[in-house]
Amino acid sequence: MLEIKNLHASIEDKEILRGINLKVKPGEIHAIMGPNGSGKSTLASVLTGNEKFKVVEGEVLFNGKNLLELSPEDRAREGIFLSFQYPVEIPGVSMVNFMRTALNEHRKYNGLEPLSASEFLKLMREKKKLVEIDSNLTNRSVNEGFSGGEKKKNEIFQMAMLEPKLAILDETDSGLDIDALRIVANGVNKLKRPDNAVIVITHYQRLLDYIVPDFVHVLYQGRIVKSAGKELALELEEKGYDWIKKEQE
Amino acid sequence: MSVTKRIEDLSEHYTGLYEENIERIKAGLPDVVNDYREECLKNFEKLGIPNDRHEDYRYTNIQPFLKGTFEFNFSHKDTGMQLEDIFQCEVSALETYSVFVINGWYSAKNKIADSLPEGVYFGSFAKAVEKYPELFEKYYGKAALTERDGFAALNGMFAQDGVFIYVPKGVVLDKPLQIVNIMTGDNDLTSFQRNLVVMEENSQAKVLVCDHTLTASKFVVNSVTEIFAGENVNFEYYTLENQHNLTTQVAGIFVEQKDSSTVMTNNLTLHAGTLRNNVFYKLDGEHCESHLYGLYLSDKNQHVDNFTFIDHAKPNCTSTELFKGVLDDRATGAFTGRVLVRKDSQNTNAYQSNNNILLTDLARISTRPQLEIYADDVKCSHGATIGQLDDEAMFYLRSRGISKEEARVLLMYAFAYEVLDKISVNALRDQIRDLVEKRFRGEYDKCDFCVVCAESPNPLSCF
Repeated sequence: MLEIKNLHASIEDKEILRGINLKVKPGEIHAIMGPNGSGKSTLASVLTGNEKFKVVEGEVLFNGKNLLELSPEDRAREGIFLSFQYPVEIPGVSMVNFMRTALNEHRKYNGLEPLSASEFLKLMREKKKLVEIDSNLTNRSVNEGFSGGEKKKNEIFQMAMLEPKLAILDETDSGLDIDALRIVANGVNKLKRPDNAVIVITHYQRLLDYIVPDFVHVLYQGRIVKSAGKELALELEEKGYDWIKKEQE
Repeated sequence: MSVTKRIEDLSEHYTGLYEENIERIKAGLPDVVNDYREECLKNFEKLGIPNDRHEDYRYTNIQPFLKGTFEFNFSHKDTGMQLEDIFQCEVSALETYSVFVINGWYSAKNKIADSLPEGVYFGSFAKAVEKYPELFEKYYGKAALTERDGFAALNGMFAQDGVFIYVPKGVVLDKPLQIVNIMTGDNDLTSFQRNLVVMEENSQAKVLVCDHTLTASKFVVNSVTEIFAGENVNFEYYTLENQHNLTTQVAGIFVEQKDSSTVMTNNLTLHAGTLRNNVFYKLDGEHCESHLYGLYLSDKNQHVDNFTFIDHAKPNCTSTELFKGVLDDRATGAFTGRVLVRKDSQNTNAYQSNNNILLTDLARISTRPQLEIYADDVKCSHGATIGQLDDEAMFYLRSRGISKEEARVLLMYAFAYEVLDKISVNALRDQIRDLVEKRFRGEYDKCDFCVVCAESPNPLSCF
């Protein structure tokens, strides 16, 4: 599904990603862990087309298409979804209008008719229920005045609406209390299907108790320096990142 | 009777035009209006037409736009226009009492609904002078600052008609009053419209003014509206500017408020050539509330200048001011927020904010708060911002599959929303929201139809 080959990316001439290689197949859950500043969020931004970052080398294929040539909106329509570490507040744009516009643009891209207002609202109700989101969230402006937990739940709700093939969760666990964490993780698990995949970016093992990964990768200084099964996360939790840093020196 | 005159040397030619046509201009109007002309003439001779060396007009030099050969209508002229043909309000939700003013003259074809509450006058200014001599004696020319503003003085010299609104004590209007101003004709034309609004104590009304241009002529519109709000009055005044790019308009709104009155003005500029709004408030009573709002959406080489002046002449009043603008292409704009808090006006609250988005490198806005505070127990704030669309919000929307163009529209709309939200008439708010969205989508390039009503059958492209 996703194939990243020797990806290098920089911001303001500072190289952050320095040769990432990663393959994700349908049905898989990959966790990417690593210390602060290792390039985890940059990877998420580059994959989703944030223009702040410049790709200097490498290739990314998504279902056979050259992802790096696509605009952010086309990447989304191809089925990539990013749950933002810091979801943006957009006063004046209602959640309903936002989601309806997004969903219908996806449908148009896939040659489908737009949903009618009533079909859309019905879908919205279903998905809200699925991810246990508070109903009043949807009557407000996008993320405006949302608590940290509400924002993250809202990201998962959007994911439920758009049904991506590949979801990238960028530190979705940060700022969540244990109940919110459970709701968010349950949401992700409910949306899991054999034909879609998830990349979970996190600092901590905590989230991986709920969203169990097939693979754990450690990102350090812009490269994946270690890949293993879910047991690696436990080892990191126990020992920290120092031993990995030492291994690299 | 119409007169055509070449205007080059502005002060001299306007004064000359006045003297040559004085009999026509004064015809049929009583002394209260005509004596005032002489007073205005004296002021105009001193002030002239301001250029950008005048502090109040620093960012807008109107002078070049006034030059040329123009027609002046010094008597009511039947344009032969069937009002019903041009404007058919399809918005049933927006029920209003509406009248048309054509080239500054109250249309003789207007029919006023019988259902207007008793005692309320909503009609021709020229006719009202006869009917309400005492009200005119008391109010006419008392709010317009003709000693300060050359355009207001000029209007006082030439004005013959417009709209008069009188709402007696305690009357609450059930529907908004709508004034549709139309500029039309094959010749370039200058008009002087005069409106007077007298709201007696405890009365309430909402007025919507729509400004349009119907033909591809050059128009110069000089209008003055005086609004007197008595004690406990609640009054809202919306202007919807929707004129083509060859139009130059200077619109003066002069408000005087008595104790515990609330007045709101909202200047919504969807389309204009060169527009200057002069909004003056005098808070001449305690516990007044004044709300000054405005939204301007400009592109091409349009220019919109909102000049506001709030005179906190009495203590315990609150004024809030919010103007927002989105400027595209080579559009330019200006905002001035002058607030004067007099020495004894303790416990004054004055909040002001002006936010702008520039969509191109060539668009330009000049914004200046001017607070002049002589009292010591006051709360005053001001803020001005000039920025671009938020990159992070843009990426967020695009990352959900929304195209760049659509994301732009959503964000511009979101920016404008705050001002639209202040519109208290629901049907009007919904209608204007749609128009603003269309404007942002570029689907609204026509400028010849009533924004509140339907499209006109004779489409005219913009310039």
